[in-house]
Amino acid sequence: MLSVERLHHAYAPEQLVAANITFDVKPGEIVSIVGPSGCGKTTLLKALAGLLKPTGGTIRFQGKVVQGIPDGLAIVFQEYGRSLLPWTTVNGNIELPLRYQPITSAECRRRIVESLKAVNLTGCGELYPWQLSGGMQQRVAIARALAYQPKLLLMDEPFASLDAQTRADLEDLVAAVRDQFGITIVLVTHDIDESVYLSDRVIVLSHSPSSILAQVNVGLPRPRDQIQTKATQQFVEKRSEIAQMIRRPVGREAHR
Amino acid sequence: MSTEGIGIDRWHPHAFNAIQSLAVRYGLGIALIIVWEYAARKAGSIFFPPPSEILHRAVTLWLSGPPSRLFLSGSVFQDVIPSLLRLLGGWALAVLVGVPFGILIGRSRSLSDFLNPALQFLRAIPGPALIPVFIILLGTESTMRVTLIAFGCVWPILLNTIEGTRTVDPVQLDTVKAFRIPRHARLWRIVLPAAMPKIFAGMRVSLSLAVILMVVSELAASTSGIGYRIQNAQIMFLLTDMWCGIVLLALIGYTLNWLFLKFEKRVLGWHRGARGRTATS
Repeated sequence: MLSVERLHHAYAPEQLVAANITFDVKPGEIVSIVGPSGCGKTTLLKALAGLLKPTGGTIRFQGKVVQGIPDGLAIVFQEYGRSLLPWTTVNGNIELPLRYQPITSAECRRRIVESLKAVNLTGCGELYPWQLSGGMQQRVAIARALAYQPKLLLMDEPFASLDAQTRADLEDLVAAVRDQFGITIVLVTHDIDESVYLSDRVIVLSHSPSSILAQVNVGLPRPRDQIQTKATQQFVEKRSEIAQMIRRPVGREAHR
Repeated sequence: MSTEGIGIDRWHPHAFNAIQSLAVRYGLGIALIIVWEYAARKAGSIFFPPPSEILHRAVTLWLSGPPSRLFLSGSVFQDVIPSLLRLLGGWALAVLVGVPFGILIGRSRSLSDFLNPALQFLRAIPGPALIPVFIILLGTESTMRVTLIAFGCVWPILLNTIEGTRTVDPVQLDTVKAFRIPRHARLWRIVLPAAMPKIFAGMRVSLSLAVILMVVSELAASTSGIGYRIQNAQIMFLLTDMWCGIVLLALIGYTLNWLFLKFEKRVLGWHRGARGRTATS
């Protein structure tokens, strides 16, 4: 589905943010990328989306080398308030990317209704994004991505600026959406619990210049439950395994 | 029966609030007119006729025409309407030039860096100083006056559009790029609406500039227009006529601004809403 080979990126010659990153994502997988803050997670995601040209390495999406923005890809950003367009309604926001797709207007309308239903926002189509709460806005952003019917959904810290309850709800929503639409999801997060709870596999990045410290297969059974799954031995073990890896370099620095 | 009681209870404070808000809004204006009337009558100076006299004279000047022309007199068609057309024409020209060029310049960092010093320099030229130049180049007809108004009005619109276009949120642009929305559509559907609040701010500043420039342009080498009438009345010592022109200009400026705000509220309702929401949360 997606394969990243020896990816390397430097904003300036002495400002290396990513070094030698190689990984694959299989169709239908949910993969999380975690790492300490400032480790270049967002840079990596932007490179995957074709929004940024990496200084080295290749990214392949569905077998083709990514040059520019590939077809069949959607992004959900952390800043829902800035990613949704305030001058148009929820329907208008979802419709905009569909206008430039080769689909009929009936199909377009059907997709808007369906995607709003998938995120439990039926009936909110005529409202403006700023009339909704943060959690609802992020659900609109997810609905917009779903209506586009991407093969791959990239999410950049999608729930970082939401409260705990909304966040838990949206995590479950993302898992449900994956099952319903069969989308492959790559999610960047700094929240280890979230990465373990949501993903099939967690890619752990080191401090900047980031490289891959480990790829952890989560292997928790689905469907998962916010309370029960997080209380299992396996969840706790995976979580501490990843937390150890991320914390270690910081600890070393502190001892110096 | 209880609902009726509630209805009445609600109605009273509501009506009171309406009267109060009217009083707050227009009270000072009305009070000032009364004071002006009183002071002018008391002083009896021919330089400062009382408002009632100005109003009376204004009716004879502009509203003494035949019913077939909606009672508008010849002077309306000779002076007021040509003035308004020049004003709106010059302003519209400034919008038509300022907005597209502003977007073009604002979209390109290097182009705006390249042009900025020249634009700032040109902007610093006071429009009226160019009247002699424009008279030589364009004659003394309406073309000259419209050009002058457009020249003065274009700068706030152009610079605001550049600024607005430059400050489009990169997250919005990244989002629509990722959805493979074509370039022209990004300009039309993202850049333009995002810059709209700034563009409107520029257009509003320019509208009041247009009134000023319209008057100034009619003071030189002119044979018609409100500005010409004011100057002419002063020369002929028709001081009430002069005041009529001044009051008319104030009314025009006020009305244009009011209309523009109505229009802005319609077009930029979303901006008010979005801004209000972020301010409270």
